[in-house]
Amino acid sequence: MNTARRLSAADLEAFGAELDALLHRTRTDLGERDVRYIRTAIRRQRSLELAGRALLFASFFPPAWVLGTAALAASKIIENMEVGHNVLHGQYDFANDPKLSSTTYEWDSVCPADQWRHSHNYLHHTFTNVRGVDADLGYRLLRVEDAQPWTRWTFFQPLYAVALAVLFQWGVAAHDVDLRRYIAQPRERTDEDREKIGGVVRKASRQLLKDYVLFPLLAGPFALHVLAGNLVANLVRNVWAFAVIFCGHFPDGTETFEPQVLDGETRGAFYQRQLAGSANFEGGRLLHFMSGHLSHQIEHHLFPDVPAHRYPEMGREVRAICEKYGVAYNTGSLGGQLWSVAKKIARLALPPLTGRSSTPAST
Amino acid sequence: MIAFASRLLAALTYPRAIDDFVEIANPLHSSREVRARVVAVRPETHDTATLVLQPNGRWRGHRAGQHVALTVEVAGVRRTRCFSVASRESSSDGAIEITVKARPGGAVTPLLVSGALTGTIVTLSQAAGDFVLPELMPERTLLLSGGSGITPLMSMLRTLSAAGHDDAITFVHYARSSEDVIFREELSRFAGAARNPLRVEVRTGDFVAETFAELVPDFEDHDAWVCGPPPFIAAVTAAFAARDAAARVRVERFSLEPAADVPTDAEVRFARSGRRARGAGSLLAIAEASGLNPPSGCRLGICRTCTCRKLSGTTRDLRTGALSSDADVDIQLCVSAPVSGVAIDL
Ligand SMILES: Cc1cc2nc3c(=O)[nH]c(=O)nc-3n(C[C@H](O)[C@H](O)[C@H](O)COP(=O)(O)OP(=O)(O)OC[C@H]3O[C@@H](n4cnc5c(N)ncnc54)[C@H](O)[C@@H]3O)c2cc1C
Ligand code: FES
Repeated sequence: MNTARRLSAADLEAFGAELDALLHRTRTDLGERDVRYIRTAIRRQRSLELAGRALLFASFFPPAWVLGTAALAASKIIENMEVGHNVLHGQYDFANDPKLSSTTYEWDSVCPADQWRHSHNYLHHTFTNVRGVDADLGYRLLRVEDAQPWTRWTFFQPLYAVALAVLFQWGVAAHDVDLRRYIAQPRERTDEDREKIGGVVRKASRQLLKDYVLFPLLAGPFALHVLAGNLVANLVRNVWAFAVIFCGHFPDGTETFEPQVLDGETRGAFYQRQLAGSANFEGGRLLHFMSGHLSHQIEHHLFPDVPAHRYPEMGREVRAICEKYGVAYNTGSLGGQLWSVAKKIARLALPPLTGRSSTPAST
Repeated sequence: MIAFASRLLAALTYPRAIDDFVEIANPLHSSREVRARVVAVRPETHDTATLVLQPNGRWRGHRAGQHVALTVEVAGVRRTRCFSVASRESSSDGAIEITVKARPGGAVTPLLVSGALTGTIVTLSQAAGDFVLPELMPERTLLLSGGSGITPLMSMLRTLSAAGHDDAITFVHYARSSEDVIFREELSRFAGAARNPLRVEVRTGDFVAETFAELVPDFEDHDAWVCGPPPFIAAVTAAFAARDAAARVRVERFSLEPAADVPTDAEVRFARSGRRARGAGSLLAIAEASGLNPPSGCRLGICRTCTCRKLSGTTRDLRTGALSSDADVDIQLCVSAPVSGVAIDL
């Protein structure tokens, strides 16, 4: 599991240089193809959204409710993952198009885009899987590796995981502020905290107003049908996003790191840490699309601001480079990775066997 | 009622705009920006062509001599460039025309001239610029152009002629060679017209004050509108200055002529990204050099795409040389240079 020690400094440098070269080649090739790709995705997403909302208005007819809810769920998933997540990473900033710009895009989620860009783009992507710095590591809620301390409450963590899956967008929204500290230590609250909470409240009210008040009211006698459809669509999106993201970082074989690794970390070492902290899952084009290409979490962590639809082709080269240097490349089926995450959450819910906690799997 | 309906629609489509959905069916539609369909591209000379543009309902028309900032996509990247409207003064409906010269190696103009954009949708700014004719025409008017600088003056000529106000107008155009004369046929039609208080002359070669004085001996008694390449403008203004008539000349430039005292090496703080940089020239260039990618368009201070908040410090306007020390104001990065203590919200 410990790939970090095996590469010599020279190999590590050559490894970094090869990945840099791949990045450079892809960057210089960005253009019309990428812009066309994302605009097509956006058009499909909006058409699905319109279709879903329209079908839900006809939901006195049960198949229309099912189809409408499915279309709306798919549209929310595409909007959040292939469009929102990727645009907010600046993947399409090169196009100089205000509608594809990471600084102005707002996504269909209760988490304000600017806060997400801080907690996700900056903290999580820079300090991936570094203990104490990357708050995505277990989302301050779950024990996802042996080195984390166990408490009595940890015993119930499979339940927390289910709750997090169901409420995932709220988990993401509460993320940048560190809601736990905010609630537990009222005296530590800063103006910045309050501003961020205000941002979440404003964003969330508009989201709730749309999905749970206005659309249902417009449906008149079928208000409850529409409300239920919107609720289920949001729920499906939450669970799917949770599954994709947990498969990307917590299957067996992913590693975590001590903050010391950040001191003077080279390009090669950065790439190696990103590789060790991420995992892919395999599937067809539709699965990649519906996961916003986060099925290629490894490539995404190596090259976060490269348009994500490029990851499958880059992945073939990344894999070859990894094989050449003997660096592990963690991939599997979606089911296999999910199973592996579930097992890990269950296993770590139990108290560590004596001596186990002092020899963490990876340091 | 309409206001309520549109607020309701906005709440329903949040965080998208209503436009984002209408656009799927009609790419020309926008409730905010001027978009136009490229109806036709008509070759003029070996390196120039006229683009016929049909704008959407946001277009408010133009006065002869004004220009637009045109945004097109080149290899997936949106780029904005300025062009004078060459067709006669327009109201809000009807097509407009721009006439473009392909700059060798240019990113945008060769594509425009090639005709490849026929049928596509481009984005326009509203018309802007104060290189226009007065409400009350002067006693004698001189329209003087060099090369592709003919376009704003052609709009004036066409407008005046259509309105029958073309008496006491002298139009002199300089082209590199006879093959390079844009609008040649139309100009010769004007020149040959029976009713001829309007005088149209075309010359090839550089502007030379002496030969020009033979053509229009009393040129200093005219109000002049001048557009062309920088050496052409310099020669014309020198000729008028030599006869103490510099004030009668209005010029339109196709490129940014930076003010003389451009600051040297000031420090800039980009507050949001936490970066610091040093440099000379526009804040846009300094920001780009330090790895930031703020939106930009014309890079000439026209389109306002690059507008950004200055939190503090003193900047200099690169066009006028004017200093500004206001805090918390919007500035255009492309025409502002840092002088001291500048912090930008980027
Ligand atoms: C008011 C006005 C009216 C004009 N009217 C006409 C007209 O009627 N007909 C006509 O033919 N021309 C006109 N021009 C000139 C025309 O705008 C230029 O010829 C055109 O900008 C050249 O574009 P290009 O992309 O082909 O050339 P480029 O050489 O690619 O670019 C030229 C300009 O773009 C800027 N630039 C360079 N790199 C970048 C970058 N990476 N991103 C963004 N910008 C960059 C440069 O600063 C330079 O000013 C007018 C100009 C002005 C200011
Ligand atoms: S880029 Fe157009 S005004 Fe600055």
